[in-house]
Parts: sequence; C-alpha cells; structure tokens
Amino acid sequence: MDWIYEPWPWYVAGPLIALTMFILLFAGKQFGMSSNLRTMCSIGGAGKAADFFKFDWKKERWNLMVVVGAVIGGFLASHYMSNNRVKINPKVAQQLSQDYGIDSAGEAYLPPELFASEQLSDPFVLGILILGGFLVGFGARYAGGCTSGHAISGLSNLQLPSLIAVIGFFIGGLVMVHLLYPLIFG
Amino acid sequence: MKYITYLAVGVLFGIVMYKSEAASWFRIYEMFQFGSFHMYGIIGSALVLGVIGIQVIKRKNIKAFDKQEMQLKPKKKSVPRYLIGGIIFGLGWALAGVCPGPMCVLAGAGFYSILVVIGGALLGTFVYGLLRGKLPH
Repeated sequence: MDWIYEPWPWYVAGPLIALTMFILLFAGKQFGMSSNLRTMCSIGGAGKAADFFKFDWKKERWNLMVVVGAVIGGFLASHYMSNNRVKINPKVAQQLSQDYGIDSAGEAYLPPELFASEQLSDPFVLGILILGGFLVGFGARYAGGCTSGHAISGLSNLQLPSLIAVIGFFIGGLVMVHLLYPLIFG
Repeated sequence: MKYITYLAVGVLFGIVMYKSEAASWFRIYEMFQFGSFHMYGIIGSALVLGVIGIQVIKRKNIKAFDKQEMQLKPKKKSVPRYLIGGIIFGLGWALAGVCPGPMCVLAGAGFYSILVVIGGALLGTFVYGLLRGKLPH
C-alpha cells in the first residue's frame, strides 16, 4: 500500500489540472484562485474603503466553494495520502542547507525553519510570511490573476496579456531566489 | 446541487496540488533554481492539453452546460499592469513559496503558519484596491 503515499508525477498532475479547468469551463466559469481574495475582502466590508470591492460578491460564491474544496482536499491528501516529505534535487537541497541553513528538504513538506508554528514568535520569520503573502495578494490583483488564472487559464486561451504576466511571475521569482535570497537569508 | 460540483472540483484540485507537491515551498524554490523538470512538466502538460482543448471548443463552437457561453473572453490589452503586477506576484511567490491555490490547500493540511501568509495576501489585495486609481494599468 506504499504507492498511495508516493507523490504524483508531473504527467499525472498536469492533465488533472487541465481537467479542473475544463470542468469549470463547462460549468460556465473560469478557473482562477486569487479572485477569491478580492471576494473575501468584499465580504469583510472593504467596499466601504474602495470601490474596487463594491461588487456583487454573491455571484462569486461558486469560487468560494472551490476554495472550501481545496481546503478539504489538502486535509485528505496530507492525512491519508502522503508521508508529507518532499524530496528535491540533492544539489538544490545541499545548497539550501549550506547557504541558508534550511536542512529539512526530504524530511518535511514545508521547511519548519519558516513554517513551524513556534517560528511565528520570531519577528524575522513572521515578517517574511506577511511580506510574501502581501506581494502575492497585491501582485495577483494588479496583474489580474495568478498562476491558475494566467499561467493555466489565460495561456491555454493563448492570451498575450497572460504571457506577459507569466513572464513577470518568472522575472520576480528569479530575482527573489537568485538576488534577494542571499541578502534576506544569507 | 451546483455547489456540490464546485466543492468536488475544489477537492480534486486540492488533492492534485498536494500530491504533486506543487504546494510545497521546496518545489517552488527548486523550480526557480531550475533544479528539476517537475514543476515545468506540471504546468507544461496542463497547458498543452489546455491549448488543444480550448482550440477544439472554439472551432466546434462547443457550449457550456445549460447552453451558456464558455468564459473565454479575451483579456484587456496592456503591458504595465501585467508586467509590473506579475513581477510583484513572482517576488511573493518565491519568498513565501506559495501561490493562492496552494495557500488554501496548505491551510487544510494543517500548516497554521500559512494563515499568516493568507492574512498578508488579503492585506495586499486590500491595499491594491485602495491604490488602484494611482497605479499604471
């Protein structure tokens, strides 16, 4: 029964992500996760502060159901279908350990150095998590979509704006990992 | 009844994200280090099937259920919003090691620190809403 805990290869995951997109298309919807953040802001009353949040969020309830499903999926997969250890390229794992003291590749799903609950009392770690989230939320809305909305839905529909956004995602990611990580974590 | 469908799609998506390790910080870091084909394979294979499927839908004029139009409207043309917004998103994606979908998945998996990241993402969305009129689009 060990196979059930094995990670899924890319050629299983990719087609299933395409399937997710097509099910939503056939339901008359578009696959995109980050717009839920805007919906949640609206539900929280952000419409009082900015017109951007004044819209009929009830029309977006279907997408909130996708979010609830993703939470349940995460629970099921982590509790019953995974040993919660992510093996990566040994060279990358070694580099992480040497340069940044992150030794947990192959032993954890997320590095406890950043994501263990105890680490929240460390202002540096707390700052990284808040800033990382902030940039994702701000950037996704500014760009009008995230990995699902642009890299999957938009590119599948051959949208030039989505290609520009995805190039932006990679410029930002490469700058962060190659230029800023040594300054932040080094 | 329709909500059950969306819930089920979400469960499928959540399991795929977790089981493929696309929700793992390590895989995102490895991707930006070009250390493995894994993440590129996931996005690439989803895209190949996505492009082919959408071409078939368009050429055969296939409708969604209930005879609705498919949501395939072209996106508004612009460069600055997509490029600058995209770069900001990418900086955060690599720093926190998660994008919006996996954030929900990891919350379900019991990583409570991810709630701080989600809080940050909500704050970022809110601040974008406040500044929107002043930003180049």
